[in-house]
Amino acid sequence: MNQTLSKKLVLTLLAWFIALVVFFPIFWMILTSFKTEGEAVATPPSLFFDPTLAGYHEVMARADYVKFALNSVIVSVGSTLLALLVAVPAAYSMAFLPTPRTRGTLLWMLSTKMLPPVGVLMPIYLIFRDLGLLDSLTGLTIVYMLMNLPIVVWMLYTFFKDVPRDILEAGRMDGAGTLQEVLYLLMPLTLPGIASTGLLSVILSWNEAFWSLNLTTSDAAPLTAFIASFSSPEGLFWAKLSAASTMAIAPILILGWMTQKQMVRGLTFGAVK
Amino acid sequence: MATLELNNIVKEFGDTQVIKGIDLEVKDREFVVFVGPSGCGKSTLLRMIAGLESASSGDIKVDGQRINEVGPAERGLAMVFQSYALYPHMTVEDNMGFSLRLAGVPRAERRQKVLEAARILQLENLLDRKPKALSGGQRQRVAIGRAIVRNPSIFLFDEPLSNLDAALRVQMRIELARLHDELDATMIYVTHDQIEAMTMADKIVVLQGGVVEQVGSPMELYHHPRNRFVAGFIGSPKMNFVDVEVLDANAEGVSVRLPGGGECRVPVDGGDCRPGDTLTLGIRPEHLTLDDQGPLSGKIVVIERLGGVTSLYLDTEGGEWILMADGDVSHRVHDAVRFGFEPGRAHLFAEDGLALASLERHPLVNVERKENRASTSGDDH
Repeated sequence: MNQTLSKKLVLTLLAWFIALVVFFPIFWMILTSFKTEGEAVATPPSLFFDPTLAGYHEVMARADYVKFALNSVIVSVGSTLLALLVAVPAAYSMAFLPTPRTRGTLLWMLSTKMLPPVGVLMPIYLIFRDLGLLDSLTGLTIVYMLMNLPIVVWMLYTFFKDVPRDILEAGRMDGAGTLQEVLYLLMPLTLPGIASTGLLSVILSWNEAFWSLNLTTSDAAPLTAFIASFSSPEGLFWAKLSAASTMAIAPILILGWMTQKQMVRGLTFGAVK
Repeated sequence: MATLELNNIVKEFGDTQVIKGIDLEVKDREFVVFVGPSGCGKSTLLRMIAGLESASSGDIKVDGQRINEVGPAERGLAMVFQSYALYPHMTVEDNMGFSLRLAGVPRAERRQKVLEAARILQLENLLDRKPKALSGGQRQRVAIGRAIVRNPSIFLFDEPLSNLDAALRVQMRIELARLHDELDATMIYVTHDQIEAMTMADKIVVLQGGVVEQVGSPMELYHHPRNRFVAGFIGSPKMNFVDVEVLDANAEGVSVRLPGGGECRVPVDGGDCRPGDTLTLGIRPEHLTLDDQGPLSGKIVVIERLGGVTSLYLDTEGGEWILMADGDVSHRVHDAVRFGFEPGRAHLFAEDGLALASLERHPLVNVERKENRASTSGDDH
């Protein structure tokens, strides 16, 4: 009894410690966003200070937050929908009509995630330039879709694989074609998984900085570019940068907070059955 | 309502042949059971009929029409799965009406057909529930209801009762038999349980290793098993077997020496046997009788009293035998007993496992379950 109690205590403390370590940079960023530029770079850092909204005022005055945010929403949601549209049929065929090469294809798809993006920056940049996709929402959406596709296919594949074959066969006996099978049976049955996959894809796209910084300038720039624009080689900018970052992550943080139950349920969807 | 015909059906998975050329005829409104040990190919055969697997070669015909290339839904058959395979996200009503919805049947008509099936299966008050809120037996009935709603020409059942507990299985067995009577439909039923096969079938198809061992009415399989496998598979408890030596044989009977030295003349066609040959004698536990003058003897190892009958497990010279005795026998473990049997009840199997033909056919072999069916079917197989 005593042993389990102390074990529980240790585990609780450990959980809090890890949570705080993970959260600390975000906490520090939010704190900094309410400081003046001087306080922001002070050493030792001041924990107690007069909070000010000066940073936020300046950020709002210098850039059109709404436009960047809107771009982020369009690109992350658009790329996610596009990825699902491509990944559902792909995962369906891999899960239900596997060939000897399915396993290899899946691994190959995942292996593309191991390539540093900068390795393909040149070709992609040139292709985008020739196609006129630089600094366009369409271009960024396509890149994000490609970026997340391996993960989306992989996740959907594991969810689909867990669907009992009998149910789909019963559907076929009942007269469902492939499309109806997917729409009426497979998707409703794996909805928690599809939802969490979509959420993950939105979050990854939202936070993506490399491609957005390299492929956009102004028209299609999302919030990551908005943050970067407040970093400058001279002068004090930490408070403004923190304010911009806080504003940039706020929507996705709130979305994540609201959907955390869904996320956990979806990510453990196959495991607990 | 329909007939089914299988002509030389073969199924190969890679290099392995799992169905090795099966011919079968199923008559209109017949209840046919495929039975066999697991891995015998019975489910694969059913899935080929359903259209969920393709046959590597051979013809599948419904009402004389080849349907090998027809999709599962267009074959007009309905299947009940072992796992029920209900759609978990739909209510009972939607589950049962799904095929009609896909076929574009208007809502009102759909509802009416679902209600009709629900009435037959006593599911009326469960129509709004989801499958997870149902008991095993109720789920099974919904799965059957889903099949009924489609008004199929042939019902296919893939071990539908094996997920139910024993009591419910017996109840559902009776319900299925009644349903067959009420719907008057052709049904094909797969099971590994020989009791289900015996109790429900008009015709049993015994499969092993992808080939048909025997096709016949339950009584035919019981009284005239074609070979030793069928003899051992049909009937519970299992038939007792012992090797015996032929003393004398001709077309009117075979005399054999029993373990312990006794003799017995079995009324089977022994035209191909010679004195000195070794045959296998098979005798069912329920055909052995305790008899102080009997030619066989043994020691009781275990007694199982079931009330109406008592199973005696005997240690005999021919190995361990089972004897089904009267419920009121007073014997106890370790008692020595003598027993015998009516020679007409015994079976003899040659070395290749084939049974020697009985001289007399059992009178119930050709009797059909239902009187009116005699008009639509010829003699048995």
